[in-house]
Amino acid sequence: MAELDTSGGGHKKKGPGVKKGKKLSTRVDLTPMVDLGFLLITFFIFTTTMSQPTAMKLLLPDDKAKPEEQNKAKESGALTILMGNDNHIYYYEGQLKVDASNFLSASYNGENSIRDVILKKKAYVRSIAQDPNDPEHDLVIVIKPSSTCTYKNVIDILDEMSINVVKKYALVDIFDIEEQLVKKSDENSKSSSN
Amino acid sequence: MGRAKLPRKSTTIDMTAMCDVAFLLLSFFILTTKFKPSEAIAVTTPSSVSSKVAPSKDFVLITIDKDGKVFLTIDDKQKRETIVNSLNATKNLGLDVAAFKSANFIGAPFSGLASFLAITEENRKGNQLPGIPCKDSTNNELITWMQVVNDAYAGTKMDLLLKGDNLAKYPAFKGVLTAFKKNNIQKFQMITNPENAPAGSELYKKSMAGEKQEN
Repeated sequence: MAELDTSGGGHKKKGPGVKKGKKLSTRVDLTPMVDLGFLLITFFIFTTTMSQPTAMKLLLPDDKAKPEEQNKAKESGALTILMGNDNHIYYYEGQLKVDASNFLSASYNGENSIRDVILKKKAYVRSIAQDPNDPEHDLVIVIKPSSTCTYKNVIDILDEMSINVVKKYALVDIFDIEEQLVKKSDENSKSSSN
Repeated sequence: MGRAKLPRKSTTIDMTAMCDVAFLLLSFFILTTKFKPSEAIAVTTPSSVSSKVAPSKDFVLITIDKDGKVFLTIDDKQKRETIVNSLNATKNLGLDVAAFKSANFIGAPFSGLASFLAITEENRKGNQLPGIPCKDSTNNELITWMQVVNDAYAGTKMDLLLKGDNLAKYPAFKGVLTAFKKNNIQKFQMITNPENAPAGSELYKKSMAGEKQEN
């Protein structure tokens, strides 16, 4: 309060607007500000999730459809894929034989991959096709996940269908006998690898 | 021989323009960034070659976590109210409507739903909750849920999404599929991470040829 009084009354020269100080340059060094700006930019670039999740469509068959209306798969064009524990995958063509001699094992990628199996089957179906306009008409892939396989396995196989452009495929419940076979093969491969 | 003396130039540059650019970019990134909402249910999705972006509104999301527990998320709060009212009317659960409306996801059987809603939002963590029972075919509560959801969304657009963890076992997925089928829902989408088609495959050739992916 006292200071305010002295400045106002005592020295008239120092009144507002009167004092002529030394004119300072208005230029500021902006380098640190630029540094800070780019630091924040890098932070935001790295935290941004650029890739948005995608969605794959799946159509489920209608369980209530009458059996006579359902499409019958030809044995020559049918391929059944079974998924087991620990990323094991098995397949058979046509019907499963009683002695399970056509029950074969494959892998998700690498050697003897399921993709090769699908492509081989496709080529075979093409070679025996009767209708030249629709050579892949008879190709039907049946996907049977066992209770031990993971969600990722199912998605991978469904994805494989779109990668290889398979038009007809179905996600079907596994039969008990197949489940047993998958389980047995899983155990066999486990004991052989140990 | 005397060399021509070059005038020494100042090394300081005017930083204003650079500063402008930096902050322009900064504001762009700040505005476009969408922070990942802290997810109560930790899920790592598998990847697929599908290139369709997942819808971000009007969705009903079913999440399967790595232990196979199932959770339900309903996007629209108005629909949530319809759903809780119809549940209260048909099942006589006596649920707190306001609490249900503010709940981001549902992860408890009907019997424990009231106590589930009593937990505060921050404390609802997927790994501590029981999830909606659906693995057992005799007690698939998701069927009832989907029925109520279906009724609430009758006549309006609904995108049914399924988000599963890599490690979730198939029975949980099957339980969800059963619930869909029982309610005559044949169309749904599965959330995945984008991935490129493997080189040399048929889809790869197609996309190289400029054909658009169907699904």
